[in-house]
Amino acid sequence: MELLSGGDMLVRALQDEGVDLIFGYPGGSALHIYDAIFRQKGIKHVLVRHEQGATHAADGYARATGKTGVVLVTSGPGATNAITGIATAYMDSIPMVVISGQVPTDKIGEDAFQETDMVGCSRPIVKHSFLVKNAEEIPEVVKKAFYIASTGRPGPVVIDIPKDVTNPVDRFPYKYPEKLRMRSYTPAGKGHTGQIRKAVALLLSARRPVIYAGGGVVQGDGADLLTELAQHLNFPVTNTLMGLGAYPGTDRRFLGMLGMHGTFEANTAMHHADVILAVGARFDDRVTNTPNKFCPGAKVIHIDVDPASISKTITADVPIVGTVQSVLKEMLEMLKASREMPDQSAIVDWWRQIDDWRERHGLYTAPRYRTDGDMIMPQEVIRAVHEITKGDAYVTSDVGQHQMFAAQYYLFDKPRRWINSGGLGTMGFGLPAALGVKMAFPDSEVVCVTGEGSIQMCIQELSTATQYHLPVKILCLNNQALGMVKQWQEMQYEGRLSNSVYEESLPDFIKLAEAYGHLGMKIEHRDELHGKLAEAFAIKDRTVFIDVYVDPSEHVYPMQVMPNGSMRDMWLSKTERT
Amino acid sequence: MRRIISVLMENEPGALSRVVGLFSQRGYNIESLTVAPTEDATLSRLTLTTIGDDHKIEQITKNLNKLIDVVKLVDLTEGSHIERELLLVKVRATGAQRDEVKRSVDIFRGQIVDVTSNMYTVQVAGTSEKLDAFLQALGEHTIMEVVRTGVSGIARGEKVLSI
Repeated sequence: MELLSGGDMLVRALQDEGVDLIFGYPGGSALHIYDAIFRQKGIKHVLVRHEQGATHAADGYARATGKTGVVLVTSGPGATNAITGIATAYMDSIPMVVISGQVPTDKIGEDAFQETDMVGCSRPIVKHSFLVKNAEEIPEVVKKAFYIASTGRPGPVVIDIPKDVTNPVDRFPYKYPEKLRMRSYTPAGKGHTGQIRKAVALLLSARRPVIYAGGGVVQGDGADLLTELAQHLNFPVTNTLMGLGAYPGTDRRFLGMLGMHGTFEANTAMHHADVILAVGARFDDRVTNTPNKFCPGAKVIHIDVDPASISKTITADVPIVGTVQSVLKEMLEMLKASREMPDQSAIVDWWRQIDDWRERHGLYTAPRYRTDGDMIMPQEVIRAVHEITKGDAYVTSDVGQHQMFAAQYYLFDKPRRWINSGGLGTMGFGLPAALGVKMAFPDSEVVCVTGEGSIQMCIQELSTATQYHLPVKILCLNNQALGMVKQWQEMQYEGRLSNSVYEESLPDFIKLAEAYGHLGMKIEHRDELHGKLAEAFAIKDRTVFIDVYVDPSEHVYPMQVMPNGSMRDMWLSKTERT
Repeated sequence: MRRIISVLMENEPGALSRVVGLFSQRGYNIESLTVAPTEDATLSRLTLTTIGDDHKIEQITKNLNKLIDVVKLVDLTEGSHIERELLLVKVRATGAQRDEVKRSVDIFRGQIVDVTSNMYTVQVAGTSEKLDAFLQALGEHTIMEVVRTGVSGIARGEKVLSI
């Protein structure tokens, strides 16, 4: 058998696992591993400018491809810098393996230079973690880490490796395990047929149904089956922020996003529904508003791969634990075999009611923002980009108003195109995530929708874009304030703008982009919006920073009334309430 | 309601910290906790008592099951079960007190396991309520030091928690 050092074993195990791309940043404890990377060809390593960027880039890569993202960092600050990105992936159930160097085994616990307890620090935000004690364990630990990260409800897994374990002198026989048996980990597979039968009966009895689909449908590759189910039954569909693209955004059955900034029609339909089919969604507090006022007349069917998600905040009448794919497939087969359909006159009436809501306050039946004046409205920027990119771009986003505008107005027809930090709400996510996506799909259009606040949280990655020639578009909806914070302060704190404005301190983003070797473009006037955007998007071989000055007074609507509101209680504009 | 949850888990470093971390992370309460390896050295058996309504207990058991190290678990309070806790207590015992303490120990079927001229060290096993009652019977002024193991439990009958 071949003899390898721990460092070489790690790299070989990653290759055997099918890894061809790592995002990372070297440092003392990881140097043996970095040397092993230097001496091989199969894996490309992308050097980021901050470890947070590595985790977000690997995360964006994972969301866009469905593969497991891989990160390599050193001990101490390298590891702690990765924490925010690990938490981001954990909250959105993204498969990721993070390898961190650690101080040598005999130094652990001595407060050694760049020592931090990575397994301890990351414990609440990982699916699992390993501290490797002997080099011989490496192949099996790698195999387990990828298996755990990518199966069941996916999530990040940390492998912490002390420096002595990877030293190049000690060599051990290497063999990558072909099979894995873990008695303590059995991810859910098929759903319970009896439960699926109950669900089908409930769906067939529905008079005011809504399908509520979340990130699990995207991550679980169930979008096609979900679309087929909704079209077979002619049921309306609403997607969560994480689920956008799980059902075609331009189809007439799509009601838009639901929740805090969901559409009037989606939130109102949910409130009045008699049957809700929740698929790969977790009844997040940004969706349900006040739980005890949530959808009072609805029977809930809840499909999820994670039993702990079921009946956590909203009790499910028909819980089904299983993969979205297997459950939807069985459900569709059962429905088709039954040759039954729900009461068609009731469904027609329900659609008539929904269309009336759409007509009254829907986001897609008329512009719900100002259309006169010279100020550029953020909503129309997103619409213009949707048009120019033919709705087919990969869109990453940061967190705040721009994120909500992108979610509302870029109607995603395909899954894995909308890449944002939904659960943790991590500002700084968008740019590195876009670079990760671009690494996976160099020929596709990748747009990072951001704001002048968020972009500054990971702006150093502009340098990574230069080094690896990653021509993404950065679309900055510049409202010269922390827009969402400001919106809340205006709505709930009588306009006291505590620390949400920068007082003339914003950098010149155009010059900044140019300093990194990119192109910058400023758009300030409404009449130049479409022309300049088209010009920017025609550039395919350069990273373009498009700084769009938008109306700083604009708010995101609808916005659910809090606290104590139900799904249907919303602000529709600064003056209008349901 | 008080529940006794018995967990069979991998005897690996970090496993216990994941269980304890889960409780603090999700705001669940641990009343007592005991853990030791089983006859199979690769497995540990952990028993914890907690308080919560059905909804909370369901979440606790689901989230415990999600931990990769957890192999199996059972809520012992769902069925008929045996629970035991061990108590060691140092009791001041001089003069007439010595006989009185000894009588109490006999009533509670405890044992005196160490003696000096001024005190007894007493061992009592039983349910938590029995140990509470014993301490109460001794009276606060005689107690010098108390140590309790926390609850261990096992189901009655032929039901077993094993792999």
